[in-house]
Amino acid sequence: MEDLLQYLFSGISIGSVYAVVAIGLSMLYRSTELINFAHGEFAMFGAMGLVTLWGQFKLPLPLAFVLTVAGVSMVGILFERFAIRPIKDPHPISLVIITVGASIVFRGVAMVVWGKDPVALPSFSSHGSIEIAGAVIVPQSLYIVAAALVLAGSLHLFFRYTLQGKAMTACAVNKKAAWLTGIPSARMGLFAVLISSGSGAIAGIFIAPVTMNTYDMGTMLGLKGFCAAMIGGLGSLWGAFAGGLLLGILECFGAGLISSGCKDAIAFVLLLLILYLCPGGLFAQKQADRF
Amino acid sequence: MDKKLVHNLLFIAVVAVTGMVVENIYLLQIMTFIGINTLLALGLNMLMGYAGQVSLGHGAFYGIGAYATAYLSGTLGISPWAALVCAIVLSVAVAFVVGRPTLKLSGYYLGMGTLGFGMIVHILFREAGSITGGASGFVGIPMLTLGPLSFEGGRNYFYLVWTVVFGAIFLCKRIIDSKTGRALAAIHGRENAAVALGVDAHALKLNIFMFSAALGAMAGFLYAHFVLFISPDSFGFMASVKMVTMVVIGGMANVWGALIGAVVITLLPEVLHGFADHEMIVFGLILMGVMIVMPQGLTQGVIERYARYKKRA
Amino acid sequence: MSIKTLVQLFIAITLCITPLSTVAAKSVYKIGGIFSSTGRASFLGDPEKRTMEMMVDRINANGGIDGHLLEAVIYDSEGDPAKAVSAVNKLIHRDKVLAIIGPSTTPTTLAVVNFVERAKMPLISCAAGINITTPVKPWVFKTAQSDRLAVQGLYAHMQAKSVKTVGIITVSNSFGESGKEQLISLAKEYGITIVAKESFGAKDTDTTAQLTKLKKASPDALICWGTNPGPAVVAKNAQQLKIDIPLYQSHGVASPKFIALAGDSAEGIVLPTGKILVMDQLLDDDPQKQILQDYKAMYSAGKAGAVSGFGGYAHDAMTILAEALKGSNGDKQQIRDNLETLENHVGVTGRYSFSPEDHNGLSASAFVMVEIKNKTWNLLGR
Repeated sequence: MEDLLQYLFSGISIGSVYAVVAIGLSMLYRSTELINFAHGEFAMFGAMGLVTLWGQFKLPLPLAFVLTVAGVSMVGILFERFAIRPIKDPHPISLVIITVGASIVFRGVAMVVWGKDPVALPSFSSHGSIEIAGAVIVPQSLYIVAAALVLAGSLHLFFRYTLQGKAMTACAVNKKAAWLTGIPSARMGLFAVLISSGSGAIAGIFIAPVTMNTYDMGTMLGLKGFCAAMIGGLGSLWGAFAGGLLLGILECFGAGLISSGCKDAIAFVLLLLILYLCPGGLFAQKQADRF
Repeated sequence: MDKKLVHNLLFIAVVAVTGMVVENIYLLQIMTFIGINTLLALGLNMLMGYAGQVSLGHGAFYGIGAYATAYLSGTLGISPWAALVCAIVLSVAVAFVVGRPTLKLSGYYLGMGTLGFGMIVHILFREAGSITGGASGFVGIPMLTLGPLSFEGGRNYFYLVWTVVFGAIFLCKRIIDSKTGRALAAIHGRENAAVALGVDAHALKLNIFMFSAALGAMAGFLYAHFVLFISPDSFGFMASVKMVTMVVIGGMANVWGALIGAVVITLLPEVLHGFADHEMIVFGLILMGVMIVMPQGLTQGVIERYARYKKRA
Repeated sequence: MSIKTLVQLFIAITLCITPLSTVAAKSVYKIGGIFSSTGRASFLGDPEKRTMEMMVDRINANGGIDGHLLEAVIYDSEGDPAKAVSAVNKLIHRDKVLAIIGPSTTPTTLAVVNFVERAKMPLISCAAGINITTPVKPWVFKTAQSDRLAVQGLYAHMQAKSVKTVGIITVSNSFGESGKEQLISLAKEYGITIVAKESFGAKDTDTTAQLTKLKKASPDALICWGTNPGPAVVAKNAQQLKIDIPLYQSHGVASPKFIALAGDSAEGIVLPTGKILVMDQLLDDDPQKQILQDYKAMYSAGKAGAVSGFGGYAHDAMTILAEALKGSNGDKQQIRDNLETLENHVGVTGRYSFSPEDHNGLSASAFVMVEIKNKTWNLLGR
């Protein structure tokens, strides 16, 4: 019994990482129908930015946080302006390959800037691990869950209640119709990438203390984040959150109850089954059929 | 004479002469890898370009082909050629079982489904150590021989691989020009309309999926007997992404696109070696640049540019 | 102009001319290197590549080998077997090198073995896998200690501490797998029972599920077998779960990086490692001490970061190759024969004695047991 609770807690700590990455990915899809394979790299930039500003330069955490998010959002803007927007009438798969290319470039830049060695960061608070009925969870994991909830919640409110957010949704539903009503769709696209890369950075910042930060950590984060967003239903913010936690929990129960070598395989088999049963993900919004 | 036939013969002649003229084994080996990658891209190109279905797990079939022949010919000691048949049958069977439910998904969800499949197979290669040799890899794959002919590296293997590539290109063209090909084009254009006209879309997609799995297994077979060593990481997610990249860079829905994509993606790292630690940045930038300038891929992009140039001249 | 300046000038000129005059007549010895200097195994490949470059410069500064200067051609395999094959063919057929050092990992080495055997090219691998040199392949040698030796050292230590049952957690790549095999196959010899086996992914951010399972089996000790950064996650998680079973690690974490990554949770961890981490604690009559200190001085001068045993594999491969090149006249067969008959060659990793039956040539003395205390490594008596 105690073990099961521990598996659940472990699953939450792993799943929260996937969830917080998935939210930015899902948000971008919701507004631009673009899947960004470089999203994990934005998270990596967030984590590495924190390593430099907080870990190395010893800036106060809030300042390091703001600077990192701002910096990564700038990268996001450049990325949108020079790599996504110039393409006229793109095939979605061409855009996907562009983001794959971008992820390689970002990884390469990070390798040159931060080197190849992993770096560890301390937790945001100096609390020890929290024990509940014999099972243990670290406070940082709870912070990640909180960050994911706040992120999903505020994005949800943003889309629901602000003019900007509604305009972005309109663009996503029908670009031309949105344009006809006077919504500058190009600017909306830029804005969506800006928010998405910013939330990627936030994800990276919160993850940094629980993982070992390297230039190539983004690949795993992006891949698992993509899976989480898919399971939840692309475009659904709460779905991304739930999908991430589910993926993490499945992995841990797979590792705990069956075999740790096959934990990813077990999680993926179950995910495929979910996908077969509800082909649009758990919180399906609309058909995701581009390609 | 038919212009198309001339092109094909010219291509075959160029490859054959290259094989004879080039003395350097390093260059021959690079071209052998290009041939193997072309096979992979061809199969995936049929699926993505013609059937309109993206697969992010095609590395699995590549791996199934390689591991099947490794186990059958290496461990059980049967003839590699018999192992080839088994490898292809196995790969096609797996494609059938997996494809039936997975191809009902569409768009990115299909991508996700195939990705999951690829990951599962990759993990199986790693964990089934008693059969596959596990993460350390499989040692002891026999060299290919055919009667008195030995395919010990170098020239003979180059010719073997490219003969297979010619065969595959020929087969792909036949499929595209057949009734199946036209039905595929109809599905790609608008699936509902095609179904209304009596095209069994799901069965067709499944057939193409199985065909591309067979080409993947063939490539895996050729890779395994060329390097004589395989390990799971050659068939993981990154391998699948590389295959998609080859198809898209070369140009979808074009048989020659697969070839050009394979050439570019295989040669680039060799050429960029001089950049050392900056290689990744340059490689990524080239990838992005090509896609930004020619979103339809190199083949289409160059043809269009040439046409525009001719018009102006 | 004073006499002193004149003398200095004279010395300077002679120094410039001497190597030129002797070397100009002799051709350059080209040697190849293949390392995973980027990608998954860059923690191995990067120091190896830097070490090889430094060693070549040093040998050339001392006048080369038999008057031949060395020229290194180094390629990056990115840890990818296909890229390693490309690189090895490039070295053999285009660069026409005399011998090759590397690759860094077991899969990349096994991938190139067939090509070097066919081309009759001496290869000194820097990877640990035991099946690189067992069975012996005529042209393939290696400098890294086999996992078997590390496990023997570790088990001997445990036996002395009367550890009877262990739980093992290994990384799911070739390093962890090979460690797992050796841990299982040698356990009986040392009267140890393995009660639980778990694994973790090289990029996992959390291993508490596996550790919970291991804890449940309540073994006398835990052994984690992996390379950075995974084992640091394991150490951290074990601390979080308040597991008080002693944790042992492998030589895969034996670099100062591990202590930086694992922080407090590294305290009290015991592991087998090459002597490089504890060189200052070695007895003065240890033949390796001088070499280790020289290597550290050279590596630190190159501003390549903290020295570790990983670059040492390339250091030893270079000194061994330099030894074998002597009197070979650039003949590959001769180089190979020289390698095979090399005896009592002391390197950073240990003392090498090659023979037709043993192409690794190290004995268990290549490993010492160390304990991490107060953020430094402490040599434990055998």
